[in-house]
Amino acid sequence: MRRTVIVDETVRVHHLLDREEVLGPLMLSPLMIYLVALIGLPLVLVFVYAFSDATTGAEGFSFVGLQTFQKTLDDPVFRVALRNTVVFTVIAQLVVIVLATILGFVLSADFRGRWFVRFLVLLPWTTPIALSALAWLWMLDSLFSPFNWILGQFHVVDVGTPVAWLGQDNLAVTSVVALNAWRTLPLAAVILMAGLTSIPPELNEQAEVDGAGFWRRFFDITLPLLAPIMMVAILFGIVATFTDMAAVYILTRGGPGESTQVLGSWSFITGIQGGSLAQGAAIGIFMFPVLLGVCILMLRRASRVDVV
Amino acid sequence: MAEVEVRDIRKTFGGPSAAVDGISLTCGDGEYLVLLGPSGCGKTTLLRMIAGLEHPTDGDILIGGRSVRGLPPRARKIAMVFQSYALYPHKKVEQNISFPLEAQGLSREERAEKVRWASGLLGIDHLLQRKPRQLSGGERQRVALARALVREPQVFLLDEPLSNLDAKLRASARLELKQFQQRLGVSTIYVTHDQVEAMGLGDRIAVLNFGRLQQVGTPEEIYHHPANTFVATFVGSPPMNLLERDGKIIGFRPENIELEKNAAARDDASIFRSQVLRVENLGADRYVYLRVKDEKGDTNVIAKLPIDHPLRVAADDDADMVVRKRHLRAFDRSTGEKTAA
Repeated sequence: MRRTVIVDETVRVHHLLDREEVLGPLMLSPLMIYLVALIGLPLVLVFVYAFSDATTGAEGFSFVGLQTFQKTLDDPVFRVALRNTVVFTVIAQLVVIVLATILGFVLSADFRGRWFVRFLVLLPWTTPIALSALAWLWMLDSLFSPFNWILGQFHVVDVGTPVAWLGQDNLAVTSVVALNAWRTLPLAAVILMAGLTSIPPELNEQAEVDGAGFWRRFFDITLPLLAPIMMVAILFGIVATFTDMAAVYILTRGGPGESTQVLGSWSFITGIQGGSLAQGAAIGIFMFPVLLGVCILMLRRASRVDVV
Repeated sequence: MAEVEVRDIRKTFGGPSAAVDGISLTCGDGEYLVLLGPSGCGKTTLLRMIAGLEHPTDGDILIGGRSVRGLPPRARKIAMVFQSYALYPHKKVEQNISFPLEAQGLSREERAEKVRWASGLLGIDHLLQRKPRQLSGGERQRVALARALVREPQVFLLDEPLSNLDAKLRASARLELKQFQQRLGVSTIYVTHDQVEAMGLGDRIAVLNFGRLQQVGTPEEIYHHPANTFVATFVGSPPMNLLERDGKIIGFRPENIELEKNAAARDDASIFRSQVLRVENLGADRYVYLRVKDEKGDTNVIAKLPIDHPLRVAADDDADMVVRKRHLRAFDRSTGEKTAA
C-alpha cells in the first residue's frame, strides 16, 4: 500500500537527482562533450584526412587510399623525425627517471624551507610550454646566452666565439632533449614523491635493523616497491615527450637542417604551414600505435589494485 | 645473548615535554622484560632508541656491557618485530626470512639452512613460497619472528606484536611467544599497552607514564604492591578501587571485597558503608557497582565476586564492604606515591 506513494515521489526532480543512474551521466556530460568535440572528432578527422588528398586551400577532397602514407614513408625528413621522436623520448625519460627519483627523495624529506623547494621544482610544470620554451630560446641564444657567459667566466669557452647552442646538430639535439626532460621532470618528481611517501617507513626501518645499508635498502626494498608508480611517471613522460611539438617548433623549427625534427613538428609544418592536410594527418597517425600502447598499459595499471 | 641497560635516557622531539624523560632500566641476560604503559607514554620511543632507530637526546644505552650510542641499528646485534610486522610485500616468505642473512653476506647454502631451521621452529615451512599478502595475521607474525630469529640476535625487541591479531588468536599466540623465548633464552624487551599481555608474558614489568618509569617489578609486585596510584589503576581489570580516608588514599582490588549486610566492626578488616548501584553477571564473575561516601564526596567502587559466591544484596540496597587489612594499600594524597598503611 505504501508502494504507490513511493512511485509518486520518484518523478520529482530533486529525487530524480538522488538516483545515481541519472545524476552520474548528468555530471559526466560536460566532460563527455568536451572529449568528443575536441579530441574524439579531430581524431576521426585525422584518420579521414590521412586517406585523402585534403589541403588547406580546397574545400572538398577525395579519398586516395594509402597513397598519402606511401608518400610520407618515402619522405627522408619523415624518417628523421620518426627516429628523433623515439630517441628523444627514450633519452629524455631516462634522464627524467633518474633525476625524478633523486628529487622525489628530496621532496619527501623533512627539512626547513621544504615548501620553497617544492615550489621551485613544480614551477616548470605550471608554466605553459610556449612561454618556457621562449625563455629557453633566450638562454640558448648564441649572443645573449647566460650559459655562454658563465662558461666564459670560467674560461671553458672563448667569449669571442660563443657557442651556438641551437646552431649545431648535436648541441641542438641536446638542447631539445634537455628542454623536454626539464618540463616533464616536475610531474615525475611529484609522482615519485607520492610513491615514496606511500611506502610504510617501518619497511626501511626493518631493513635497517635487519642489517641492510643504504644501497641495499634502496635497490632491494625502495626501488621494487616504487617500480609500479615509477611506471606511471614514465608513461606520462612518454606521452608528453612523444607528442611534443611546441618545444621543438619554438626552439629550432626542426633545424639546423632537419636534425631536431620530430613527428609533432613535422606534422604541423607539413599539414598546416605546408598546406597538405592529408600528409600532416598521415604523419600524425604514426604516433598512434605508441600512444595506444601507453594507454593500454596505463588502463591496466589503473585497474590493477595492488594491496600490500 | 646479552644484558641491555639504559642509563638516564632522555628523548625530546622539540615539543614542550620529553617523550622519554630520564629512564634507567636493565633487562637481564635472558630476561623477558615488558614495557607497559598507555599510548604516548614513551615505551615505543624507548624501544626504538634501544634499536637505534631514534637517537637519544641524553643518556646512554649498553648492550652486553658496551655502549651502542654511536652504533647504527645493524651493528647492534638486535632483532626487532614491528607492530605491523613490516614484511617486505614484494618478497616471498622465504626471501623475507633470508633478507637479514643476505645483508650479512652468507652463502646461499647457509641461508637456505637457516631459513629451514627458523621456519621449522615456527611451523611455517609450508608458507615459504607465498607472498605476505597471502598470509593470515597469525602467519605474518610467525614470518616476522622467523626473520628476527635467523639473525641470532643478542636481544629481541618486540613492539606490540600481538595487537594486530584478533582476540581469539591472541591468547594462543601469547603462549607460543613465551615458549619460543624460553627455548631460545634470548633477552627480550616487549612493548605493550595491554596489561593482560604484560602480566602473562613478563618476567618483570616496567610501567611507564608521561615518559617516566613508574615502577619495575615482577607481575606479582606490580599487581599487589603498586608503587603509586597510576600503576594501581593501570594494572588490573577492573582497576584497583581508590578512596580518600584519613588524609590518605586507600586502595583495594575488586576481588578483595566481601559484601555483607550490617557488618560488625572487626580488627582484621576495614568496613565501608556503601550502596549497591547495579549488579552485572559476567559468567564466571559478578561485578557489583557500589557508591561509597569518602572525603571527596561520592566515589564509585567495583567489587568482583565469583559467581558461585552467594550474593545477598541487589540494586539500591545498602551493603557493607569488608576489606581485610592485608589487602589495603595506602598512597599519599598529594603525590599518589605508596605510603605505609
